[in-house]
Amino acid sequence: MSKFKEILLTPIFKDNPIALQILGICSALAVTSKLYPTLIMCVALTVTVSLSNFFISLIRNIIPTNIRIIVQMTIIASLVILVDQFLKAYDYETSKTLSVFVGLIITNCIVMGRAEAFAMQNPPGISFLDGLGNGLGYSLILIVVGTIRELLGSGQLLGIDIFTTTQNGGWYVGNNFFLLAPSSFLIIGLFIWALRSWKTEQVEEKEFLMSKNAPKEVETHHA
Amino acid sequence: MLEHYLSIFISSIFIENLALSVFLGMCTFLAISKKIEAAIGLGIAVVVVLAITVPLNNIIYNFLLRDGALSWLGYPDVSLEFVGLISYIGVIAACVQILEMFLDKYVPKLYTALGIFLPLITVNCAILGASLFMVEKNLDFGESVVYGLGGGVGWALAIVLLAGIREKLKYSDIPDGLEGLGITFITVGLMTFGFMSFGGIIL
Repeated sequence: MSKFKEILLTPIFKDNPIALQILGICSALAVTSKLYPTLIMCVALTVTVSLSNFFISLIRNIIPTNIRIIVQMTIIASLVILVDQFLKAYDYETSKTLSVFVGLIITNCIVMGRAEAFAMQNPPGISFLDGLGNGLGYSLILIVVGTIRELLGSGQLLGIDIFTTTQNGGWYVGNNFFLLAPSSFLIIGLFIWALRSWKTEQVEEKEFLMSKNAPKEVETHHA
Repeated sequence: MLEHYLSIFISSIFIENLALSVFLGMCTFLAISKKIEAAIGLGIAVVVVLAITVPLNNIIYNFLLRDGALSWLGYPDVSLEFVGLISYIGVIAACVQILEMFLDKYVPKLYTALGIFLPLITVNCAILGASLFMVEKNLDFGESVVYGLGGGVGWALAIVLLAGIREKLKYSDIPDGLEGLGITFITVGLMTFGFMSFGGIIL
């Protein structure tokens, strides 16, 4: 039992797909200005990655190795088409907001990466859990970014007023910077800093060691 | 006419830069921007692949997939738009594979220079993204050629710029937890902020 729990929980903090493996970043930046589309995106990705892991794992022993990428791609693309059509049918507004980013789940490296790294080696049950865990790890970062951006940018969460903005006669002056996409880079950067200060084994090694009081001129020698 | 193409070209490089304005191809953008040479190699590969796949997908969309596109076969009511995603990615994967074999045979020098980046490009979302934007913007064939080329040049420009900054960043004393990925995110954030200043331009 604890093995299942570990597979499910490791990708969330210890081996987070966005913060540590640098996978699937594009959508994390572009769709997070409001919380609602962010949540839809998280569900879409989690469903895709869990199911693609499950199905690829089911046929892992009969895929010829030289064409495995194209087989994986076909399975993933079919799942994404399902998700895309489903969204267009039941929540057309959000699917417009997410525009090309639902389609881009196909090339989201988390899905391909987990298929290649995990599902090709493991039985369907735990592959499904691994997909679920990675989907949740991705969702965690997206939800944090989405919450911060919507709350500080427009004073709302899911469209409900939390801080009443001055436009509506309240006290909060919305910070437009958080509605702009570059803010998500800064938030993720700081999130990684916080995560690595907590779990110090994730810190990357420096390429150069410098003595504390090295003269600044050192830089110009290298350049 | 030329002006129209020129404006698409310029706007796809600066105003709608694939990397810095719509955030596509970010994974490779962050992972392979440590060295300028590698960034240039990857940039060229992206330009080549985009300039081929976007027009190709445009042909496929206009003559096979879109609503009523099959009327030349005698099926005016059929719309195959829902298989769009899988056809585009198929075209891209096939193109990359053919390009790889072609370069290996006829231009081995460029082939060794591009190395691992070429197969990696299949999963670069800037490539698929550009095709999807082409469909969304409803471009015709000529426009799609220019859009593919411009999008590629813009992406290449962005990754070379970032690699330049990161080569300098190696020598700075950054707090432990921020080292590497963290500071790169913040750098890219500032770069995208800079690129937003092109945003209001109307050509």
